[in-house]
Amino acid sequence: MTMISVKNLIKKYGDFAAVNDVSFDVKKGEIFGFLGPNGAGKTSTINMMIGLLKPNSGRITINEIDVIKQTKKAQEIMGIVADESNLYNEMNGFENLCFCGALYGMKKKEREHKARELLKLFKLTDASTKTFKSYSKGMKRKLTIAAALIHSPKILFLDEPTTGIDVESSRQIRELLLQLKNNGTTIFITTHYIEEAERLCDRIAFIVQGKIVASGTISELMDKITQNHNVHIITNKDVQDYITDFQKCFKESKVSLKKPNKLVIETEKRIPLLPILKFFQEKEIEVYEAKEIHPSLEEVFIKLTGIETSVLQKEKGGF
Amino acid sequence: MKSLIAFHNILKKDINNYYLKPPNISWGIIFPLSWTLMQLFRSVDSNILELLPGLISTSILFGTTSMLAVTITFERSGRSFERLLLAPISLNTLMLAKITGTILFGIFNAFVPIIFASFFINLSDINWIIVILAVFLIAITSSLTGLLVAVSAQQVFEAQTISNFFRFPMLFLCGLFIPVSSLPEFLKPISYCLPLTYGADILKGAINNNNFLPYKLCLIMLLIFTIGLFTISKYIIEKKQNR
Ligand SMILES: Nc1ncnc2c1ncn2[C@@H]1O[C@H](COP(=O)(O)OP(=O)(O)OP(=O)(O)O)[C@@H](O)[C@H]1O
Ligand SMILES: [Mg+2]
Repeated sequence: MTMISVKNLIKKYGDFAAVNDVSFDVKKGEIFGFLGPNGAGKTSTINMMIGLLKPNSGRITINEIDVIKQTKKAQEIMGIVADESNLYNEMNGFENLCFCGALYGMKKKEREHKARELLKLFKLTDASTKTFKSYSKGMKRKLTIAAALIHSPKILFLDEPTTGIDVESSRQIRELLLQLKNNGTTIFITTHYIEEAERLCDRIAFIVQGKIVASGTISELMDKITQNHNVHIITNKDVQDYITDFQKCFKESKVSLKKPNKLVIETEKRIPLLPILKFFQEKEIEVYEAKEIHPSLEEVFIKLTGIETSVLQKEKGGF
Repeated sequence: MKSLIAFHNILKKDINNYYLKPPNISWGIIFPLSWTLMQLFRSVDSNILELLPGLISTSILFGTTSMLAVTITFERSGRSFERLLLAPISLNTLMLAKITGTILFGIFNAFVPIIFASFFINLSDINWIIVILAVFLIAITSSLTGLLVAVSAQQVFEAQTISNFFRFPMLFLCGLFIPVSSLPEFLKPISYCLPLTYGADILKGAINNNNFLPYKLCLIMLLIFTIGLFTISKYIIEKKQNR
């Protein structure tokens, strides 16, 4: 079932199209990731989806509610985590959560109960009576996410939730997001961490300069760039002298030597390993390792977008 | 019901976070008080009653406009205001919740000079119902003026600068210190465009019986200002979302 549907979305700032004809669907209960470098249009897209920014054209529906026409109705089922921790500095953790619950019309008992539950879940119970301004960056981000969950939203939007915070908090956040997904929450997340997208997302869209360059599951994205299968083989001794022989036996493959005892066999179709192993056995060569190697998501990203991944990590600090 | 919960909690949060903070409470008391004392010393022989409408209006005007610069512009620059815009409550409810705190603060401000004056003079001849109505309406229109500035400005500093730019001229053009009839001809139209002119006139009528416009006209004008300022502020907030 489709939970989010975005069609031909365009956002212009003056003449500059920050989001340029973007379309995608998010299914119920999946984590969908928007991966792209600084200025790609991630925040602009998310802000239009949550009803904070009006698009120039395009359609957005969330759980079959038109976000542009029925913004308030759509917002009832959304949990929103902005790219900055934007709670109230003067209030403590518990008060902040309860206030956010009240904004969604939750009754006092109900919101206080849920607030306690969330503080526990996010390991912030000890900090619940401290003011928000005294929190560390990671704690602030966790409380901001907790605040977005107070009214048990069907869909959670997160704009770069782990950017600029400590490793442990990032890990906790990722774990919690997976937990939420397992409980049926649909999650839309933007990130510029490839690793994060790979670990969390069921499907990913690469966005560059306001356009989606590619999208799909990780294996679908990988299929887009891999035409050939690569098997790499590690042996106990130098196999340089056997290469020509090998090539004669396996005509459909292209063999290249990476090290004296390491070779890569490239084939169009998948090939069985046994004949290869037998070939080496006959020559009294031991094979220690034989496995098909897949490209990393990083390589896929580079190939499909033409952008070096170092650009992604720039300015915001890595993991 | 849900809107009511949200309204109540936004108001409660603003009161606890801003209005009840010591610096703001003391500003709310000290400013009207020192303004009152200043006026008293300046004109020892003049009648305190004559000064009262001006003192009340000034206290409300300064109290409300300075507070909204904080409660809205500050939250906008810290981006927590976004939270309110993203909540499933109508913009009307949100704006009402934000200005209700300010209106209450303005009314509180108004009573500082009144209570102070009550130590010196007999206030029993005053038409209190009309005074309270006027105080309420001045508080509303001043809050809405502050709201307009707050949503237009980007930073607290900017909001305060803009506030001062119109607050002081407003005081001198509204007929409180210089009667509108004695103003130079070219300033008179401006005077009639200020909500404070009408609010102050009602106060003058209720306290000193020397209003120069009928109450009804003033009430209608204040109502028009209320609706007008509210609509313009709402329009600006909505327009900012279309950037
Ligand atoms: N209010 C605005 N006015 C003008 N240009 C804007 C505005 N907001 C964003 N832009 C521009 O639109 C483009 C997309 O911005 P956006 O914030 O959506 O990118 P992003 O993918 O979220 O980037 P980041 O990773 O830095 O958060 C950028 O080039 C940005 O400079
Ligand atoms: Mg962004």
